[in-house]
Amino acid sequence: MSDRHHHNPASQETEPRKDVSDDHLPGERRSGELAVLDDPFADPGLPPHEHRRQDIDERAAKRSERTVALLFTVSMLATIGFIVAYLAIPIDEIVYIFPIGHISALNFALGTTLGLALFCIGAGAIHWARTLMSDEERVEERHAVAATPEVKSHVLEEFRKGAEESQIGRRKLVRNTMIGALALVPLSGLVLLRDLGPLPGDKLRKTAWREGSLIVNENTGQPLRPEDITVGSLTQAMPSDLDHHDEDFHAQIAKAAVMLVRLEPEDIKDPRSAAWGHEGILCFSKICTHVGCPATLYEQQTHHALCPCHQSTFDLSDGARVLFGPAGHPLPQLRITVNDEGFLTALGDFEEPPGPSFWERG
Amino acid sequence: MSTATEPRKSTAKGKAPAGEKVADWADGRLGIYSLAKANMRKIFPDHWSFLLGEICLFSFIIVILTGVYLTLFFVPSMGEVEYTGSFGPMQGVMMSEAYASTLDISFDVRGGLLVRQIHHWSALLFVVGIFMHMMRVFFTGAFRKPREVNWIFGFLLLVLALFTGLTGYSLPDDLLSGTGIRFMEGAILAVPVLGTYLQMSIFGGEFPGHDIIPRFFVVHVLLLPGIMVGLVVAHLILIVYHKHTHYAGPGRTNNNVVGMPFMPVYMAKAGGFFFLIFGVITLIAATVTINPVWVLGPYRPDQISTNAQPDWYLGFSEGLVRMMPGLEWVIPGGYTLNFGLLVPLAIFPSLLVAIAVYPFFEAWVTKDPREHHIAERPRNNPTRTAFGMAWLTAFAVAMLAGGNDVWAVNFHLSINAITWFCRIAFFVLPVLVFFATRRICLGLQRRDAEKVLHGRESGIIKRLPHGEFIEVHEPLSQDRLYTLTAHEQHQPFELGPDTDENGVRRPVSPLERVRARISKGYFGEQAQIPKPTREEYRAIAESHDEHH
Repeated sequence: MSDRHHHNPASQETEPRKDVSDDHLPGERRSGELAVLDDPFADPGLPPHEHRRQDIDERAAKRSERTVALLFTVSMLATIGFIVAYLAIPIDEIVYIFPIGHISALNFALGTTLGLALFCIGAGAIHWARTLMSDEERVEERHAVAATPEVKSHVLEEFRKGAEESQIGRRKLVRNTMIGALALVPLSGLVLLRDLGPLPGDKLRKTAWREGSLIVNENTGQPLRPEDITVGSLTQAMPSDLDHHDEDFHAQIAKAAVMLVRLEPEDIKDPRSAAWGHEGILCFSKICTHVGCPATLYEQQTHHALCPCHQSTFDLSDGARVLFGPAGHPLPQLRITVNDEGFLTALGDFEEPPGPSFWERG
Repeated sequence: MSTATEPRKSTAKGKAPAGEKVADWADGRLGIYSLAKANMRKIFPDHWSFLLGEICLFSFIIVILTGVYLTLFFVPSMGEVEYTGSFGPMQGVMMSEAYASTLDISFDVRGGLLVRQIHHWSALLFVVGIFMHMMRVFFTGAFRKPREVNWIFGFLLLVLALFTGLTGYSLPDDLLSGTGIRFMEGAILAVPVLGTYLQMSIFGGEFPGHDIIPRFFVVHVLLLPGIMVGLVVAHLILIVYHKHTHYAGPGRTNNNVVGMPFMPVYMAKAGGFFFLIFGVITLIAATVTINPVWVLGPYRPDQISTNAQPDWYLGFSEGLVRMMPGLEWVIPGGYTLNFGLLVPLAIFPSLLVAIAVYPFFEAWVTKDPREHHIAERPRNNPTRTAFGMAWLTAFAVAMLAGGNDVWAVNFHLSINAITWFCRIAFFVLPVLVFFATRRICLGLQRRDAEKVLHGRESGIIKRLPHGEFIEVHEPLSQDRLYTLTAHEQHQPFELGPDTDENGVRRPVSPLERVRARISKGYFGEQAQIPKPTREEYRAIAESHDEHH
């Protein structure tokens, strides 16, 4: 058997030990059981500490010291740079920095200087720890978390005494009324929460639309005429009596926002939907019936409206039926007509509440 | 402690240095010497995976520091104002004070943008850190007795971090975050019976109202972080109390901890690591824009941006909602059950609760009353590892579904196809991954056994005199032999005979039968490779002797 060719077992038992025998005599191990000759899997104990270069060569240690000091010095300089940048760079200056692009000069300068200042402190401390501080591993014994039986029985005994002295077990009336009082008192806290908000009432069913409401373009605020709505376009609209400066504008528009599309009358599959429109112009709530995002991604060829939040897809040519996605019911349609002056108006409020469904919706 | 009565002499002059005097003063009141005796030179083991928890701790501190700064400028109000700040494109636009003050922080406060970005980046890193840290603890079984309570603390921190993140990124009241709040409103409305009442109470009226931002603000800056600080402290105290786990190795046993002392090594390393993390996040904040609320504009309920996504850690909840097909019932009485939201909103907490209860489940299966301080290698508990991977797979699929529009746009795929893929994959992939993981673990166990019995492949090919080629195997050192065989293997729990010694039927509870089944799944012969025994080792050694 020459050298180390393996599958040889005879040496396998001894070889691991030979492996360590030169520099790692078992005697140098600092803990654990010594490898027992006839137990191949015994814990050989903690390997002896190996010295780093810095531990034996003072010049290497000096080099480490200088590196650490350099890092701390760079940090100091970077902090000074931070203060200078804060004072010197105007807040609105934009610079081009490759490869990031055009960015705020102040943000870049403050961030890089502060980042460097912090990073170098960290790098310095860690380099110090790794090269100069002792890296000798130590062993600490663990102790069971659980108490000894003596401690446990002592505590239980003391607890029993305490409970007995309180008489809580004997005076049932005291105990029960105390439990009652403690159980009731949090109710006040609960009652106090009542005024967090109003009762729902029919708030979710009513919107700003009423009979005769002018339908105005949401962007221009101008009333819409039928000829403004062309086939293939989608017009976002709202009732004319909503004002952006109203206190409750957001709450109102969250329910009242609509979109108008014009379809060729023969393309409209749902007769009721066609009847509620005007010459192929249909007016749907644009608030998705899933969770209430505006479902306004319109595919003009298929007349599908898609909600960008969760991809619920509605077929506007078929009463806004749900084609795909998590929405549970169609977008409500607003009945519209044209008034004497030729403007599009509503014939009333939505027949069903717009927006996400809720328990009482029905 | 008898220190207070007798002044100590530490210097040649017999006069204590100033630092010692201060310490004496504090010790007389706080007992710091006893505290330091136990903890100053406490031993911590070294391993890269133990840094993950530190990343969480440090990014949490950074989030708090930067968050306090941001509160000095942020106005948590939904009062509408006309913007007059220095950002040109928004001049004259009506917006909430919350959004206007966020623009001010970004454009008019020097360094405000930097702090805002550090805050957001470190919040993201915080949750990444928690996930990685929990994976480490999970896959190494470091949640086992006595650490189950600390696992729960960590789990609560994860949940609170998710909601603190949610309430935080909702505050600027920009078009994206407002859409997130709208989603919350829809989700609350879907709650049976109480939905509308809850919605009205939380929003102080109809959506959006004027109360939600101020309410989120106090939840985000006080309520949740307050609880989190308490939990972090408790988490750290328990780490010190239990002492850290370490991996098996020569001299490292279940009864000791091997490493380096807190002072000075870990003071420098951990303290330095804090600055490293802070520095790196700051450099990221200097160069990579996050959440540029100014391009989105203020929130309006009738407007929307595409690619609306929550921050990454809630991507899976978003995905659950996107995957669910629309299903809505109107039950007799005229009440609506919106399963399109109710189902995902039930799966969301279930996925989280699964994390919390796992340690107790495994403890029930093993009924192992001992303390465990040796971190296991994932391969040595294949079923647990497989459960973990299956959970991660479900999480990943849900997250993928949460970005289905982004995938569709960037890879020119059908959004419907992606959604359908995710719907199926959410159920199928975790199962496949479960079995694949177990097989991989078993393969790795076999390789370990092979190495122990036959040595390490040296890569040297040798030709024997009769022409045969063999690869030279080098025997492992005693250190490696010990390390690879140190883990213990549970035996599956057996129900025992159906009848007792008198031939009378023994009652066995159905629960125990289930436990026996699960235990077999965990530790049966198909679930683990018996590790090499000393006898096998010797037998192979002897057979080789005969051969040569």
